[in-house]
Amino acid sequence: MIAPLLELEGISKSYPGVRALDGVSLWLGRGEVLGLIGENGAGKSTLMRVLGGVVRPDAGRIGLDGRVRAHLTVADAQTAGVAFVHQELSMFDNLDAAANVLIGRENLRAGPLRLVDRRACRDRVAPLLERLGADFGPDAPVARLSIAQRQLVEIARALSVDARIIILDEPTSSLTLSETDRLLAIVATLRAAGTGIIYITHRLGEVVTCADRVLCLRDGRVAGELPREEIAHAAMTRLMIGRDLQSLYNPPAGLPGDGGLQLQDLVTTAFPDRSASLHARPGEILGLAGLVGSGRTSLARAVFGIEPALSGSIHLDGNPVRIGSPRDAIARGLYLVPEDRKRSGLVLDMPIAQNVTLPALNGHAWMGLISPASEAQAGEAQRTALRIKAPNAAVQVVTLSGGNQQKVVLGRWLSLAPRAIVFDEPTRGVDVGAKGEIYALMRALADRGVAVLMISSDMEEVIGVSDRVAVMHEGRVAGTLERGELSEAAVLHLAIGQAA
Amino acid sequence: MGKKELGLLVLVLVIGGITTALNPRFLSAVNLLNMANLIGLFGVFSIGQGLVIITGGIDLAVGSMFALLGVMFIDLLANHGLAWPLALLAVLLGGLLIGSLHGLLVTRAGLQPFVVTLCGLLIYRGAARYYTGDATIGFGYTDGLDSVTWLASGRSFGVPNPFLILVVVASVMSVVLHRSVFGRYLFAVGRNEEAARYSGIRTGLVVAGAYVLAGGLAGISTVLLVFYTNSVSPSAFGSFYELYAIAAAVLGGCSLRGGEGSILGIVLGTVLLQILQNLVNILGIPSSLNFAVMGGVILLGALADQELARRAKVGAAGRA
Repeated sequence: MIAPLLELEGISKSYPGVRALDGVSLWLGRGEVLGLIGENGAGKSTLMRVLGGVVRPDAGRIGLDGRVRAHLTVADAQTAGVAFVHQELSMFDNLDAAANVLIGRENLRAGPLRLVDRRACRDRVAPLLERLGADFGPDAPVARLSIAQRQLVEIARALSVDARIIILDEPTSSLTLSETDRLLAIVATLRAAGTGIIYITHRLGEVVTCADRVLCLRDGRVAGELPREEIAHAAMTRLMIGRDLQSLYNPPAGLPGDGGLQLQDLVTTAFPDRSASLHARPGEILGLAGLVGSGRTSLARAVFGIEPALSGSIHLDGNPVRIGSPRDAIARGLYLVPEDRKRSGLVLDMPIAQNVTLPALNGHAWMGLISPASEAQAGEAQRTALRIKAPNAAVQVVTLSGGNQQKVVLGRWLSLAPRAIVFDEPTRGVDVGAKGEIYALMRALADRGVAVLMISSDMEEVIGVSDRVAVMHEGRVAGTLERGELSEAAVLHLAIGQAA
Repeated sequence: MGKKELGLLVLVLVIGGITTALNPRFLSAVNLLNMANLIGLFGVFSIGQGLVIITGGIDLAVGSMFALLGVMFIDLLANHGLAWPLALLAVLLGGLLIGSLHGLLVTRAGLQPFVVTLCGLLIYRGAARYYTGDATIGFGYTDGLDSVTWLASGRSFGVPNPFLILVVVASVMSVVLHRSVFGRYLFAVGRNEEAARYSGIRTGLVVAGAYVLAGGLAGISTVLLVFYTNSVSPSAFGSFYELYAIAAAVLGGCSLRGGEGSILGIVLGTVLLQILQNLVNILGIPSSLNFAVMGGVILLGALADQELARRAKVGAAGRA
């Protein structure tokens, strides 16, 4: 057996209402590539935060650098040679590659001013970039580098601190095929040099190519481990799924009608060379599943006019509609409950009533002047109808819990005349009780004849709530599953780009 | 009246009280009327500044606008013999036009308000100086200005007209900002532009509207200021006035982050600034210290406000 670089034992971490990690153990040897897989929310990110010293576990032991500790600090992780290459690259794109690699550890000139010695910095970084086969030099401005090139800068940063453990978090989510191949080749070289690598990805094909061993997390626990010879798609998906998720389902009152929201060959900026088509019928909840970055949010933004579609058409109740702004969408009864409600959904330090009336303020005004009575009444009506936990509608939204804030976002649309509503991650950051209420509201909307499109990364939600599920893969709708065909395995297969 | 306005009122009364105790002439009719006149002159354009600040912007150009619009106004009346209502209209339109230009550059061209209005500050000042060849321009022996002179610098019921005009402007703008749909949109856009856009608000139009209103108020102020000095020296007229306006708005509770502020607050901010100016004179403080006193009080106010906000936060956390 190879000497372990890292040994995690029984790591647990709970947040209010969620058990993010539950007795997770993991070890990593010198020159080993460990594939870490699991669905969104399985606990991969939390585990890596523990390893980076950002999150302090409630229980468990961490063996690293020859010492066993109950938790790490960021400094501990760094001195032990743990380096992260993040999913969302964290770079200073106003500086050049060398400055990014050496940030905080620059070569300084002699003398009292301690000026940065740029040439020495470049000379130090050049061989690292060369080793990675980079096609740019240390003085290349990061702003002009592609995502793949920036990733090389991050890996060079890891090399420059002599990292012994490199964690690659979804490294290929924005790379092209050939860039991915190059990255995998680099992973192989690093492994040959004795670096331990934790490779986190949704793309099982890459795991098959590069991993020596696979660890799968599910609901914060280790669902299983596969040695090199057993790594295969089927075995991995089997580990990733395996729960009964039917209990959330409220059946619809009737059959879905015609019309609703229909997208035809819609092309968005996220995938300019792919198009997506789907049809959410009035009276049904159409789930839209897919991995993070599969183009679902871009689709929602195009439908709502935030960033108009590049091509393709949107039909509402059978008629083609042109949507150039949220204003156009709202005028047609096409609403969005956005992913990030604090940023896009609400004006946090305004009261509930003012948030509710904001999209339709003219309906509460006479000659441009707001009627406070009409506004208060509208706010109060939604507060009671949605059972928002606040003494009155004059309460500032910022003081409410996530679930109640989401109800305010919903309230603004419910007080209007919805024909189709897109929910983007409707229950993110919402407690369990409010989740159930939001699902019930979605069902009530559908039963009123509204077309409901629900984007969700939460498998339990997708399978538990939807009447049908469309699954996106890299900008395309890879397939649509009827209620009877719904299973985690079926959704996952489509999401990772395999035929069902 | 909100907490901020109340605090400001208390500050006004306290400083007024101290000044009176040191020199009772502070409360003399002459002094009060003089201050009322100045409050009127400065208040009108400070309100415009406040509107722009509420959108998260800033207007550095307003002082230079006074110079440019001022020389145009006098030139139209004195040298081109235009009837005063027409000249007044021209200045008002000029203000609205410049405001629209700022609005377009900020919302359409996507430039930062600071940059746009900084360029305005330089350009309008330069244009004004070029217009008169850097010479001071006055009315000379122009006839037919009695009624407009009275309107802009006379008194009604013993109260200076600029103060009455401020009362009217403040009342109207108060309704616009605090009661109208447009006012609500201003706050929404200032606090969270993205959420406002997601609510179907045409955020660009709303922001541009604030600059247009500020431009119009600057036009009105130009006329008042011209009749206060009776002549315009283009290199000095209105210079630094943008800073008085920003100071009044900030003292009055407008946050430079946007989304906060009230008309009453801005007016009280103007009142406080004028009291500070006045007390420098009346208490025999060297007038060279004028700006230093103003800066010191604003700094103290900002520190006190920060401290109160911190305490309120700690208090709220303690209760939770």
